[in-house]
Amino acid sequence: MRSRNFRASSHRFPFPWIAATPRSFLALLLSCSCALLGLEFPGVAATPPAAKEKKPKADPALKGLPISELSPEQAILHALNRLAYGPRPGDAERVRQMGLAKWIEQQLSPSSIEDKAVEARLEDYQTLRMSTAKLIAEYPQPKPAVIQAERQERERAQEGQRRGDAAASEKEMQAPQTQDAQSSSPPGESVSQPAAENPTAPAPMKEPIEPDQAVKGARRREALGGGDPNSVPRAVADDSKRPARIVAELAMAKVTRAIYSERQLQQVMDDFWFNHFNVFAGKGEDRYYLTSYERDVIQPHTLGKFKDLLAATAKSPAMLFYLDNFLSADPRAAERQAMLRAMRQARYGPFGRPWPPRPPVNPQGKKNERGLNENYGRELMELHTLGVDGGYTQKDVTEVARSFTGWTIDKPRIYADFKFDERLHDPDPKMVLGKKIHAGGMKDGEQVLDLLVHHPSTAKFISTELARRFVSDNPPPALVNRMAETFQSSDGDIRAVMKTMIWSPEFWSRDAYRAKIKTPFELVVSAARSLGTDVDTPLPLVQWVGRIGEPLYQCQPPTGYSDKAETWVNTGALLNRLNFSLALAGNRMRGARTDVASLLGADSSADPKAALDHAVEVFLGGQAAPATVETLEKQLDNPQVLRAKLDDPRGEADLGVIAGLVLGAPEFQRR
Amino acid sequence: MSYECCEGVRGLRFSRRYFLKQGGVAMVGLSAMPAFLQRAAASTPMPNKNQLVVLFQRGAADGLNIVVPFGESNYYRMRPTIAIPQPKRGGADAAVDLDGFFGLHPSLAPLEPLFHKNQLAIVHAAGSPDPTRSHFDAQDFMESGTPGLKSTENGWLNRALEAVPEEGASPFRAVAIGPNLPRTLQGAAPAIALPDLRQFKVMAQAPGMGPVVEGGFEAMYAQTVDKALQGTGTETFEAINLLRKADPEKYQPENGAQYPASRLGRSLQEIGQLLKAGIGVEVLFVDCGGWDNHVNEGGVQGQLSNLLRDLGQGLAAFHQDLGDRMENIVFVTMSEFGRTARENGNRGTDHGHANCMFVMGGDVRGGQVYGKWPGLNDHQLNEGRDLALATDFRSVLGEILAKHIGVADLKPVFPGFDTSPRKFPGLIKT
Repeated sequence: MRSRNFRASSHRFPFPWIAATPRSFLALLLSCSCALLGLEFPGVAATPPAAKEKKPKADPALKGLPISELSPEQAILHALNRLAYGPRPGDAERVRQMGLAKWIEQQLSPSSIEDKAVEARLEDYQTLRMSTAKLIAEYPQPKPAVIQAERQERERAQEGQRRGDAAASEKEMQAPQTQDAQSSSPPGESVSQPAAENPTAPAPMKEPIEPDQAVKGARRREALGGGDPNSVPRAVADDSKRPARIVAELAMAKVTRAIYSERQLQQVMDDFWFNHFNVFAGKGEDRYYLTSYERDVIQPHTLGKFKDLLAATAKSPAMLFYLDNFLSADPRAAERQAMLRAMRQARYGPFGRPWPPRPPVNPQGKKNERGLNENYGRELMELHTLGVDGGYTQKDVTEVARSFTGWTIDKPRIYADFKFDERLHDPDPKMVLGKKIHAGGMKDGEQVLDLLVHHPSTAKFISTELARRFVSDNPPPALVNRMAETFQSSDGDIRAVMKTMIWSPEFWSRDAYRAKIKTPFELVVSAARSLGTDVDTPLPLVQWVGRIGEPLYQCQPPTGYSDKAETWVNTGALLNRLNFSLALAGNRMRGARTDVASLLGADSSADPKAALDHAVEVFLGGQAAPATVETLEKQLDNPQVLRAKLDDPRGEADLGVIAGLVLGAPEFQRR
Repeated sequence: MSYECCEGVRGLRFSRRYFLKQGGVAMVGLSAMPAFLQRAAASTPMPNKNQLVVLFQRGAADGLNIVVPFGESNYYRMRPTIAIPQPKRGGADAAVDLDGFFGLHPSLAPLEPLFHKNQLAIVHAAGSPDPTRSHFDAQDFMESGTPGLKSTENGWLNRALEAVPEEGASPFRAVAIGPNLPRTLQGAAPAIALPDLRQFKVMAQAPGMGPVVEGGFEAMYAQTVDKALQGTGTETFEAINLLRKADPEKYQPENGAQYPASRLGRSLQEIGQLLKAGIGVEVLFVDCGGWDNHVNEGGVQGQLSNLLRDLGQGLAAFHQDLGDRMENIVFVTMSEFGRTARENGNRGTDHGHANCMFVMGGDVRGGQVYGKWPGLNDHQLNEGRDLALATDFRSVLGEILAKHIGVADLKPVFPGFDTSPRKFPGLIKT
């Protein structure tokens, strides 16, 4: 500071000859003049803006947080982008009023926040409140004959169309079955009605659409995995009783909560932990188990103790099914059972005689003998706890798998409860990570979980994952270590680890600011939030998330979706991001209404440049690169912008385009 | 806009070679030319790159009714209602004889000439060694290329591309036809999913705003200081412009080829279009579903027959459309597993094990059914019920990758699998 002033003032010193005088004199004189100049020319001596940003005056809104590199506006935006799904109009001001630290404390205790509004919006999704048993009963897999009939019906219809109109063949497409492979989805599941083409269908689109982008190309595609986001696949329609409807409701609820819940951090944490303990909806019965999995297993623990969360997932039918542990058995179990049976028969046969031998269980000679399945044992260590470099061996994988034999599902197609089946359990001692596991029965698995939860690799791995989600793709090791220490000292208290992270300067560093690329889900949700969109039907948003590359509940591998930028930055996905922004801001999305005009202010429709400035302010927190703004201004000079405005007296069309452009800007792709 | 030099070159006829030849005068100094094409043009002229198309039959196709082992008497005993009759002279409702033992399902008749012109090879009793009968697991294993290992994050085809990195590769180097990138193509090497060629563009929403909106995005992404997004943005708009020039709406198949009017037919036509467009396409992936016929599969007529008619006409049209270009193309089909050798109580088949693969192209030593036939007698069946496995699918793909695409080291592509050339079926010319 001082040397800065020195240089600044010496530059303006009016007597250059003085440089010839002895040094000490010079120094004295200069420091005097410095003071004098400071008095005489306050403008010169004033702190330059750069220095101001470095040392902000303690803004009361940021009190109690280790923020030194970000301005108050940036810090609040950063918090809303990381601990929430981005700001809604007015959010930044509300947080500022409340004080950032207090807002964070509240978010860390979600139950203290009133959230009635979002609950009302979720009212229609009945499946969210149903038990697995009820879901299986009420949303049965359609019988093969039904599927057959539907397929034939469709084929006949297609054949008719084909003859009638070659161009109409566009609509015949069937869904690729990538997402729904296990049951090899009955094609009826993926049929979509091109609703926008149907004159009787509710069509909230006011304006005509250019023919080339009309839903002409609507296809029967996977309901949640892309396809035309404005069409409703039959299997997920509101009145559908197909299993696909269950997953659709989950996805719609997820989007609704992320947009409207006041408990924003809770939503972010739910997403984080579901993804950490990923289960794929397309694997067989898991489509029925996911509702309870998310509601009863993940959500109650997302800010609680890691060990509770881990134990709950280990016993969940969803995970047991997804990673095959429900099939895993001591290979000797069958033999042992046969022996026991023989002994029983010998003992309890009538009249002191053994029962006649039973017919073989599988008359067709089908192999039904179960063996050890290592799938869960491996992923439990690699993905759920220790991490791939967490220091375990193949031998450990096998031993862990042996420990979990007998952890299975009772009546998987009726109610699907967790069950420990002693008969399938391997009773011998195991060695896991150098520790002997010999508690016996179900306690073997519990002992393994306890061992893993307290392993230092787990503390480090979970902390790294959290820091990667909330701070940056490659989080600073010092931060991760601090979080891992908290993890260990707090017995894996997730809330405490989050606090350590948030109250670290690294969380608020300039390096972390806007360092994360938004995932497709984050992009879609944050766009709807920043526009203040009223979402009546979230299905199109769900479909857009899939189209941009993250079909919800449809991540096949147990790794979950990546939390790194390179996964999400690619050519096809970027184009879809841009088109999504245009569709949402341009009010071309079924069931989503945005009042862009009032959002951008009354004067906007008359003046595209003013609209642009407002849009940058509202959507990017005023923090766009000058090049971005300049580029957009140039584009707005195009006479077509005005012409479009004249064509549309309400001025909505061009405002939608301007908003869409700003939402598609590189700056909005980051959080 | 930027590619005036190619105006008038309609219908995708400009290839990389075209750029190189014509570009000599017209394109020098054209900074508007896409960066990767500039890079390609600057390097030494190269012959057309070899291209690979992979078709995945999801749902487990019934290989035993696709390439029928009519020489097996047990085949007819096990499939009393759905078996395909032995070939007979002038009979349409029977297997199409290939070599006196195997025959094509009659709906695949359009492929017979290709087989006998040595353009088409078949590998029978091929597939994944993993015993799973779950569609989910089996597709997962086949697409990751690591049977039995679930934690593999990327797909075999993506790893293959990584093994032959290409400086300044085209954004269209690896393309999947469909809304999502399949597991096969997921990974570090760039790959795009193209749901519809005609919709790969900025959708301006408001009439007349197209150029404004697209120009706005393009300029924003060109100027951003955000390096990652700038690179992707530049490539995206290069790709959009390339495809616009290729003018997918006006495409006409060549040589009188007629693709079936079905989803698969349309996908195959789009694949043909992309391969010809000279936009740097190297590998293409396409899905084709509906093969899980547990009920009323049918024999000569029926569900499977309809699917095969579509497939046969589609592949034949593709071959015709691509014409001489087939010299540089290999087309391979796969499915997660086969189906039970015996028909079930619903005139269908259940989940089985080994299956057949088709390999088509100029590089292929066609006219043969490859693989050691395991036989269909009861004791020869896998677990007493399915066609046993003779050829690991990775041997087939490995040979194609090594000899056709030029992957020198297959170990990273198929880790833990013996990919030495002596294990290759020998179906690709060297």
